[in-house]
Amino acid sequence: MTSLGQLFDVKYALHILPELARAATYTIGITLVGFAIALVLGLVLAIMRRSEFAPLARTTAFFIEFIRSTPLLIQVYVLFYVAPLYGFTMSALTAGTLGIAVHYACYVSEVYRAGLNGVARGQWEASCALSLSPWRTYTGVVLPQAIRPVIPALGNYLVAMFKDTPVLSAITVVELMQQAKNIGSETFRYLEPITMTGIFFLIISVTFASGVRHLERRVRLP
Amino acid sequence: MKRDLDPALGAAADASATTPMVRFRNVTKRYGALTVLDGLDLDVARNEKVAIIGPSGSGKSTLLRVLMTLDPLTDGVIDVDGEPLTHEMRGGKLVPASPRHVRQVRSKIGMVFQSFNLFPHMSALANVIEAPMSVLGLSKKEATERGRDLLSMVGLSEKCDHYPSQLSGGQQQRVAIARALAMRPKIMLFDEVTSALDPELCGEVLTVIRRLGEEHNLTMLMVTHQMGFAKDFADRVCFFSQGKIIEQAPPQQFFSAPQHERTRQFLRAVTEAL
Repeated sequence: MTSLGQLFDVKYALHILPELARAATYTIGITLVGFAIALVLGLVLAIMRRSEFAPLARTTAFFIEFIRSTPLLIQVYVLFYVAPLYGFTMSALTAGTLGIAVHYACYVSEVYRAGLNGVARGQWEASCALSLSPWRTYTGVVLPQAIRPVIPALGNYLVAMFKDTPVLSAITVVELMQQAKNIGSETFRYLEPITMTGIFFLIISVTFASGVRHLERRVRLP
Repeated sequence: MKRDLDPALGAAADASATTPMVRFRNVTKRYGALTVLDGLDLDVARNEKVAIIGPSGSGKSTLLRVLMTLDPLTDGVIDVDGEPLTHEMRGGKLVPASPRHVRQVRSKIGMVFQSFNLFPHMSALANVIEAPMSVLGLSKKEATERGRDLLSMVGLSEKCDHYPSQLSGGQQQRVAIARALAMRPKIMLFDEVTSALDPELCGEVLTVIRRLGEEHNLTMLMVTHQMGFAKDFADRVCFFSQGKIIEQAPPQQFFSAPQHERTRQFLRAVTEAL
């Protein structure tokens, strides 16, 4: 017990807890805002990719593949350090949130695509036979059926995105991981902040996952 | 006296009583090299019940699908209630119609599918009131009233709140019929509506269709394999083979004295299967 006490200083851990908690809320904020953008943008991308207008479908497909095939780190670098050279200046937080949102939008759009492909052709035909508008066909008929089965996959990306937020420390966003490293470099004690950060990530990830499961149950059809 | 689904329609319908409700003019549909409808001409009179029979792959379902605009035409024109469906007159010439025009003409047509195609995430009532609310702009109260009436007409007033997965095939198909009727169409298309049902459930759906035909002013086109139903319900039977109507006649004549060898062959095969 004593050796563990020397190794892991509980008093010190409690001392740095508020700082880490503040960084954690920051990280959660980035995740939730970023994921909300990713959910909407991903859906738009998925629908554009299905367009009957071939140039639009192809351009969208290229964009999705391009973003998915390059590292998030480079994308946020470009947004924060290169874009200002062309007149697009953003705060680190905005650039980071936007970068991670667009990156995950591309993954999420593929999940939506799978969901959309899973909707039976008869559903589109029934909507057409009832003269539903394209908007109503999507919002009232197709999306409710396309999204339900892919909620678990979307939840996966929520957790993955959350765990990718440390990448944003590369562009000076002080999220949870960066905060832990800052504390460590000030006091030369890394074990407590890093351990606690790990625990924070674990608790928050599990909470997100159980939230997604709860949602899944709530929208289940009889 | 039969009733219109929409009471307001009565007077207008009389005025144009002589124009056919549906007129196919030289309608051709090809999928690649495959010709499914081959220069088809067909007039369907107001309130006429036409049964379409024929071997599978003969184009009979395609006929309904192009009329419902689920598949685009390769060539030809379809008139609905005296108006071209996918074309409009502009400067004395027929040009492809705007989506808006197509939707407006198409709203006179309702369709029931072999696989029901109910919306699985909506209750029976929600299925029926969806289009009246979002397309016709009815209030929820008006639409619900109409929806409940129609569901009780098809004998499902107890099942309003059930989801499709909680209904039998026959019940689902009756909901689908109510859903199509909720738009107050003048024309109803039935595409092998009993093919996915076992014989016992078949009867309840056919009874509903029969009642519809007897009580309402509706033009009906039905693709069916139920020869008995075609015989005693239809005004005319059309026999399809290879994208063409080979023979058409009133059912008595059609079934008792078919003119063409191909028709006789088909009828023999169908009777043997029974």
